[in-house]
Amino acid sequence: MAELRPARCWRTGFFFCLWLLLFLSVASGSLVVVSGSNETSGGPAGDTPEDPHHQTNSTTHKKAFPVLSFNYQDVRKPFVISLWILLALLMKLGFHIIPNISNVVPESCLLIGVGLLVGGIIKAIGEEAPVLDTKLFFHYLLPPIILDAGYFLPIQAFMENMGTILVFAVVGTLWNVFFIGGMIFAVCQIEGVQLAGVDLLSCLLFGSIVSAVDPVAVLAVFEEIQINELLHILVFGESLLNDAVTVVLYHLFEEFSHAGTVTVLDGVLGIVCFFVVSLGGVLVGAIYGLLGAFTSRFTTHTRVIEPLFVFLYSYMAYLSAEVFHLSGIMSLIACGVIMRPYVEANVSHKSYTTIKYFLKMWSSVSETLIFIFLGVSTVAGPHAWNWTFVISTVILCLVSRVLGVIGLTCIINKFRIVKLTKKDQFIVAYGGLRGAIAFSLGFLLTDNERKNMFLTAIITVIFFTVFVQGMTIRPLVELLAVKKKKESKPSINEEIHTQFLGHLLTGIEDICGHYGHHHWKDKLNRFNKAYLKKWLIAGERSTEPQLISFYNKMEMKQAMMLVESGSAAKLPSVLSSVSMQNIQQRGSGNRRAIPSISKSREQEIRKILRSNLQKTRQRLRSYSRHDLMIDPFEDNVSEVRFRKQRVEMERRMSHYLTVPTNRQESPSVRKVCFEPEHQVFTYDNSESPRDPRARPDPGPLDAISLVSESQGPNQSREPRAKVPKEQEEQDQLKLSRCLSDPGPNQEEDLS
Amino acid sequence: MGAWQTRAEHQYQDLADKTGFSFEQIKNLYQRFQQLSGNEETISRENLDCMPALANNPIRKQIIGAFFDKRNQHQDEVGSCDQIGFEQFLMVMSHFRPPNLRTTDEEKEAMRKEKLRFLFNMHDSDNDGTITLAEYRKVVEELMSKSGEIGQETAKAIADAAMLEVASINVPNMGPEEFYEGITFEHFEEILKGLEMESRMHIRFLDVDTSTMRCGKSQS
Repeated sequence: MAELRPARCWRTGFFFCLWLLLFLSVASGSLVVVSGSNETSGGPAGDTPEDPHHQTNSTTHKKAFPVLSFNYQDVRKPFVISLWILLALLMKLGFHIIPNISNVVPESCLLIGVGLLVGGIIKAIGEEAPVLDTKLFFHYLLPPIILDAGYFLPIQAFMENMGTILVFAVVGTLWNVFFIGGMIFAVCQIEGVQLAGVDLLSCLLFGSIVSAVDPVAVLAVFEEIQINELLHILVFGESLLNDAVTVVLYHLFEEFSHAGTVTVLDGVLGIVCFFVVSLGGVLVGAIYGLLGAFTSRFTTHTRVIEPLFVFLYSYMAYLSAEVFHLSGIMSLIACGVIMRPYVEANVSHKSYTTIKYFLKMWSSVSETLIFIFLGVSTVAGPHAWNWTFVISTVILCLVSRVLGVIGLTCIINKFRIVKLTKKDQFIVAYGGLRGAIAFSLGFLLTDNERKNMFLTAIITVIFFTVFVQGMTIRPLVELLAVKKKKESKPSINEEIHTQFLGHLLTGIEDICGHYGHHHWKDKLNRFNKAYLKKWLIAGERSTEPQLISFYNKMEMKQAMMLVESGSAAKLPSVLSSVSMQNIQQRGSGNRRAIPSISKSREQEIRKILRSNLQKTRQRLRSYSRHDLMIDPFEDNVSEVRFRKQRVEMERRMSHYLTVPTNRQESPSVRKVCFEPEHQVFTYDNSESPRDPRARPDPGPLDAISLVSESQGPNQSREPRAKVPKEQEEQDQLKLSRCLSDPGPNQEEDLS
Repeated sequence: MGAWQTRAEHQYQDLADKTGFSFEQIKNLYQRFQQLSGNEETISRENLDCMPALANNPIRKQIIGAFFDKRNQHQDEVGSCDQIGFEQFLMVMSHFRPPNLRTTDEEKEAMRKEKLRFLFNMHDSDNDGTITLAEYRKVVEELMSKSGEIGQETAKAIADAAMLEVASINVPNMGPEEFYEGITFEHFEEILKGLEMESRMHIRFLDVDTSTMRCGKSQS
């Protein structure tokens, strides 16, 4: 039965998609025809002749009120667009249902294949297929992908390898351009290949289009093979940063090929232009990023529109950069990178999730559409095939990439501490995929007799890299045993030691007298903490050290995981029987003085504790962060344990209320903030950042956290120090094995 | 400087063999050592304490302590000394050398062990071979000491959670009455094996421009 189902899915899916393709091609064919001119063309939709009929009919005699009428024209455009997107997504869905294909063939190849199919169908019908319009591509399809990549860029790895990435992006791309351009020109000079009309500038222009590594293609392929972070960031970072080089060179050569001559001044201006384009792009992105971060500081009361700010500011950054012919990609990346830490500190958890998912969703749709359109445009576009030109382009691209990577690595390795091995170099060279950006830039070329030939060559290179390199990179990665991405379970020990290591290395660098990498990172962190965070993060989150944010995040994740998995059914995989008791001996160690609390306070606490105790009796088994010993397979044993725990708790509860316990350990201290009147709230249902999301109903015990995000700046330290202890006391009662023995105390007034 | 140079070269060869630095690096570090010590033969804690650059570092005391810790000299001695000479200085610095392309896997393992041992010694202040909960708490508190207001409670909670994590990873099935003494070196290695210490715990040694660095003391 199970075997039949995928087959049935496959068949039904296939036929449905085929029908959809047909309908889509017909519909889009009519759209293309129609959008160019008025609605008088004889489109196969067949409804256009009806309107005049209706009109003529209505003038002769009064007809009955039309109960049902067909008016396709009004909605044609959005209808077709939606249909395209729907088709793209259904195709994507189909690939993942069909079991084995997605392991062998990367998704991008399949999508291009679908595009080819659709293009073929449209052409067969005789309609004109929609082409990948450059404006559509650069203004609507590309930004979501870049924003998604930039927002989730691993900053640490990116900054550490920044030098290497820049060298590959700038010097590597320049090398590629001049090598390919020059060699193609040389090839064109060969007698007998009918390429004599191509001059050097056109070749260089062609080189500048075809030599840039494409971020969309790289993302699409590398996401699937999951290699280690270093290689991923090297290739991907290069593909992002070479946009500036590409933009400058493209405009430069285009200007020159119109002007006809090149002077030294032009060369110098070109270099200046490069710096302006890249740094200007980053600056524009940074400005918008800071604006976005600042705006997010005030969104406490309008949580619903928070994600929109992120998207709109980023998009504005992109468009603003494009206005000045600066590098839009770098602007978008800078905006996302700068905005992210502050926005994440300010927005609610739901908004954070929304941002994440919307970015992923849009970039996924965009990518799918890009590849499908690439396929369609291939079938549609005018082609001029010249064997020599195309073959030599493909070969030269490969050769120049390999030579460039090897040569640059020799230089780079002199400066890197962790050197790039031969395997790394191979993957970097092999991962230089070309994609839709090259195609769109080619489309922008002014029409001359060589444009079609260039386009054909570009498409061939794209197909070659995406299909051949994209398909074979996965088995090669397996074959060469390249290190894969390691499973990153967040570990508080690793975080502690990462920070410790950071400070240690900074200190050692200072002792050595060396202004190194760590020194500057430390300086930047301190600047960030001293100035930026104050302005851009709301409330007292701004002073929260990173370790604590990490810790809170982890706790929240655990809490959510437990909420989601339900109370007793499935528990986290760590079936460890270790609890707090194993770590701290009873009665050992420090006894701390407990500051005294007033009588009324104490009454309040008792009341709350009692009521909470009743509530938690039902929830006792559901969560205990420090009691990791709940074994889901031993239900009856745990039932007994549960009863024992309850008994224990009651005993200790009464014990507590008469003899105050010694404050020895605090199993979990939530972020506790209190308003100046020392009100203690049990559940804070309002949306405030970093609330534990657990709701009261099956909530984990830790959700009894007295959190209220206090915005007042005048938080006295004392109440906060006091009340965490009370909070701990509550937690202690509930986390059964985390109680310490009551000991001697200094609080005489509590009895 | 001539006679000094030939004698120094002998010493340098010796040191280079022991610590693995190159002559260039040793020379640069020697210059720095002279600066720090005020052209004396040894450095004391005060010399390092007065450095203004270290003032903002939250784990300053541990770092300075590590230089004077005899366990880092690989000579099986324990305790701490008050003054260190150039050789000891170099030995401590040698823990921060990076691996190069030719380092074999065994050498990388050994390097990692050595670096982890350095970290372990920094945490284990009473040298009983384990990092107890109290010591770990102190580590976390120091880490957060420069961050100001958050303070004691959360530091304790974090340290407790971390300790719990170590225990659950290494000794997953402890009965309720057993007691986890502290993090031994093997457990320490286990929990940090994901960090790949040999590639992370290093600084760049060659291009040390010591002429711009001032320790904060007046140069005599």
